[in-house]
Amino acid sequence: MKAKVYITPKKGILDPQGAAIEHALPALGFGGVANVRVGKYIELDLSGRDGSDEVDKMCKKLLANPIIEDFKFELVPD
Amino acid sequence: MSTLPQTETRTVRFGVVIFPGSNCDADSHDAVGTFAAAAARYLWHKDTGLDGLDCVILPGGFSYGDYLRSGAIARFSPIMEAVTRFAADGGLVIGICNGFQILLESGLLPGAIHRNQALKFVCRLVSLRVENATTPFTNKYNQGQVIRVPIAHMEGNYFIDAPGLASLEQHKQIVVRYCDESGSATKEANPNGSLANIAGVCNREGNVFGLMPHPERVCDPVVGGADGRGVFASIINSITQART
Amino acid sequence: MTNKAGSKPAYELLGLRASEYDDICSRLGREPSYVELAIFSLMWSEHCGYKHSRPLLKGLPVGGDCILQGPGENAGIIDIGDDFAIAMKIESHNHPSAIEPFQGAATGIGGIVRDIFAVGARPIACLDPLHFGSLAKARQRFLLEGVVAGVAAYGNCMGIPTIGGEIHFEDSYEDNCLVNVMCVGLVRHGGILKASASGEGNLIFLIGSATGRDGIGGASVLASAEFDETAEEKRPTVQVGDPFTEKKLLEACLEMRDRGLLVGLQDLGAGGLSSSASEMASKGGAGIDLDISRVPLREKGMEPFEIMISESQERMLACVEPHNEDSVNEVCARWDLDATVVGQATASGRLRIFNAGELIGDMPVAALVDEAPTYVVEPLRPSHEVDEPLGEDRYPQPADLNQTLLTLLASPNICSRRWVWQQYDHMVQTNNALWPGGEAAVLRIKGQKRGVAFTTDGNGRRCYLDPRRGARAVVAEAARNLACVGARPLAITNCLNFGNPEKGGIYHQFKEAVAGMREACQALGTPVTGGNVSFYNESFGKAIYPNPVIGMMGLVEDVSRIQTHAFKDEGDAVLLLGGARPAVDGSEYQLRIHGEVAGRIPDVDLELEKKVQSLVREAIIKGLAKSAHDVSDGGLACCLAESAIAGGIGAAIELDSSRRPDILLFGEAPGLIVITTAAASLEPLLELADGLPLKQIGRTGGGRLSINAGGAALVDVPLAQIKRAWEASLEAIVAGNDAPAGS
Repeated sequence: MKAKVYITPKKGILDPQGAAIEHALPALGFGGVANVRVGKYIELDLSGRDGSDEVDKMCKKLLANPIIEDFKFELVPD
Repeated sequence: MSTLPQTETRTVRFGVVIFPGSNCDADSHDAVGTFAAAAARYLWHKDTGLDGLDCVILPGGFSYGDYLRSGAIARFSPIMEAVTRFAADGGLVIGICNGFQILLESGLLPGAIHRNQALKFVCRLVSLRVENATTPFTNKYNQGQVIRVPIAHMEGNYFIDAPGLASLEQHKQIVVRYCDESGSATKEANPNGSLANIAGVCNREGNVFGLMPHPERVCDPVVGGADGRGVFASIINSITQART
Repeated sequence: MTNKAGSKPAYELLGLRASEYDDICSRLGREPSYVELAIFSLMWSEHCGYKHSRPLLKGLPVGGDCILQGPGENAGIIDIGDDFAIAMKIESHNHPSAIEPFQGAATGIGGIVRDIFAVGARPIACLDPLHFGSLAKARQRFLLEGVVAGVAAYGNCMGIPTIGGEIHFEDSYEDNCLVNVMCVGLVRHGGILKASASGEGNLIFLIGSATGRDGIGGASVLASAEFDETAEEKRPTVQVGDPFTEKKLLEACLEMRDRGLLVGLQDLGAGGLSSSASEMASKGGAGIDLDISRVPLREKGMEPFEIMISESQERMLACVEPHNEDSVNEVCARWDLDATVVGQATASGRLRIFNAGELIGDMPVAALVDEAPTYVVEPLRPSHEVDEPLGEDRYPQPADLNQTLLTLLASPNICSRRWVWQQYDHMVQTNNALWPGGEAAVLRIKGQKRGVAFTTDGNGRRCYLDPRRGARAVVAEAARNLACVGARPLAITNCLNFGNPEKGGIYHQFKEAVAGMREACQALGTPVTGGNVSFYNESFGKAIYPNPVIGMMGLVEDVSRIQTHAFKDEGDAVLLLGGARPAVDGSEYQLRIHGEVAGRIPDVDLELEKKVQSLVREAIIKGLAKSAHDVSDGGLACCLAESAIAGGIGAAIELDSSRRPDILLFGEAPGLIVITTAAASLEPLLELADGLPLKQIGRTGGGRLSINAGGAALVDVPLAQIKRAWEASLEAIVAGNDAPAGS
């Protein structure tokens, strides 16, 4: 299986990168855009196993910082 | 009665951890070396013993390239288990810049760091107000003293949730704040967007301290100032006091 | 793959001439294989082979008492006494940065840093001269932001302070930005490493990152010639820098040096394994056998020629005696670095390439490294170069000289560079004896009284008007900058940025610039220790301004006796030193206010220059000069304004001259320095000058800068106003706002 992990800034946490992008878009003619959040996307190859619990632990322990980040992931066949 | 061995045992011994990507290890080591009463040695991130040390310095730099998040990988180094035990036993631990980030990631200090509000690396002298001059790291400063110390980071924007902040305030864990030259912690004096202008915090016990600014860079007037000496002098002072 | 390209022979697609191909065939005694052709095309490229520059560069002064290592090595090395030496080198990364500014600049830093630790030195600073087009264009702002961020990302992570450099904006660089990168290192004499492979049977280690298809560049035509469907995947990829790996590589290499494990060390830069292996063999007077099947790869299905010419970053080649193999592996493992034996040194004098035992390339090292053909082109003086300066009445006199001063101070070429240097860690390693933004950077050497000073200078506009005088002026200005902090210049490294040398006009510029550099280096006693030539900086037939960029190092005997350009105290005497006569030709004033670049720049008087610089240096060391500032872009008025801003102290100046006020204030000529001195030191200073042109022109003090001439008030502005114009300009321009000039 392949795990696709999405890490985003926690709701309500200031996201300076997102704010910068949100600020830049109207200047390029893209109006009406709000709540831009910049996160990380991580792919992991689990060499065949279905590692839902394992990925959850990885996220909590290393991949995301629970103080400022949320995460979600999906498992897809290779 | 021989005095020489006594003098030697009185030397305050610092250990400076080298993580892959540390780059202020030598600066910290050399800063300690400017104090006659102190000596420093390097520790490797895979070491597991901190025997005979009085204070551990986690230096600045880009441990593991700051990939993923600053400090996120370094906190799992073997030495961090030893540092955690050392801190639990009351040993003094100071994390500077990347070292502060590692302490936050490892949970030895509360809060988290994210990217500077201006999204750019910033290196310059800033003014800091000493908020708590009773810690082992700041006892040689006066309460409310304004010192000039440089920052050099891309990720120094300190965050903690509201209950966490209240708890920091209540237990006097905010050790230094960014301020202007007159000592006011204004928005304009905040170089990175840190919550409540927080530049450095300690744990509730007061023996673990982390800060984004670099006191080790201002320990010699030839290179821009000596306001950082107080941090090392405080550590030496508190260790020496504790021994007597 | 177009039919048109497909119909051309492979050598031509690789940039080789028919005569060069014939030459290769005759040297090999047969037609080259693809892998050999790819290697020859790199080694005989202008970049590696110096085909158009070598004959002219031979005339540059290279020797000197303090030169431990000159051109031809990875970096020049200069003795500074007491067993210490400085390694330095400047290089260009112009073309990659024009495509991807962040990674282009980052990998530029990575490359030049490797050059420094390849000679065994610990990198102690970087300086980065940058040239872009006008910031009025969004693309140029994007390039500036990207390049600065890339320099910062790589240098900051490595823990190497970026302490200087310069930034110029001229339309001429719009399609060809210049990103030159300089690195300096500190080494004890016994720690100097050579880039040589020698000793038959010694092992050749490849250390660091795995090899991918990075920067395959022009040679990718070989891939697309062979593979049609998959051509897309085989396109050259942008090189991505990994400063974390390079930091580990640096520490591991210096550790191996300390333990005596290295016979020779060489970085992999332009030309990848091909260039590094042949250079190492050449320097060691040996040969090398490489087995490319042992090279750790990052991508699948790489062709042998791709492995040989890949420019993947963060790799070093080391020559190691067999009994040290385990120790090398141990050090590299400790730093989590891959280290693989990919070959061995031989006595054959040949570079032989094997693929899992099969011989696929066999070339004489000398042919690759030393025997690239050279070309001499008939120089042609361009028509814009004229013999006579412009008439002084060519331009109307500005109505409001205060406003002119504010406009010039806010010019992107003059205004504060704080926005840039605050993004660089300029303090790490804690040797920074001066803050950025001054005449030159000074580093202390820990545990020593002495220090070292560095500066970079380039002025394409002046060189465009007169390449010979321009180059002389550039070298003289670099030396003057060092003198103004109290340092004695010792040596230079150069980065020669030019257009297409096959054209007579460009060749003329190059030839004249090299001649000017030679004259100035000889006169000032600063030999050339190496550097880099970057040709073909042109697009759509239009070349950049010819731009020889100089990196100069100097020695400070006592780091506690250095000086800045800031006014220090109220009531100090302000003096003007030097005899040069300012002119409009080629000045920032001419460009910014009158929108023209024309005329003939004044020449520098090198004999007088040398005396003037000695005087400044001596005055600083003796404590007689409390500030020193070179009169440069923007002329005397901007020079005075900068010192006033830096010190937060105004000045009242009274000039004794009947020249046109605008030329007096803003005209430029090489060789003038503004000095301040305490009233009590005035007499001893004038005595020290011993007849050199030095006269008092005013006093520091107050909150205004006022300049009078012949009784008339030319300039009178509050300090706060000039500070505002100068300080916030670049930030505002980069943000896309108008500069606050005159506000």
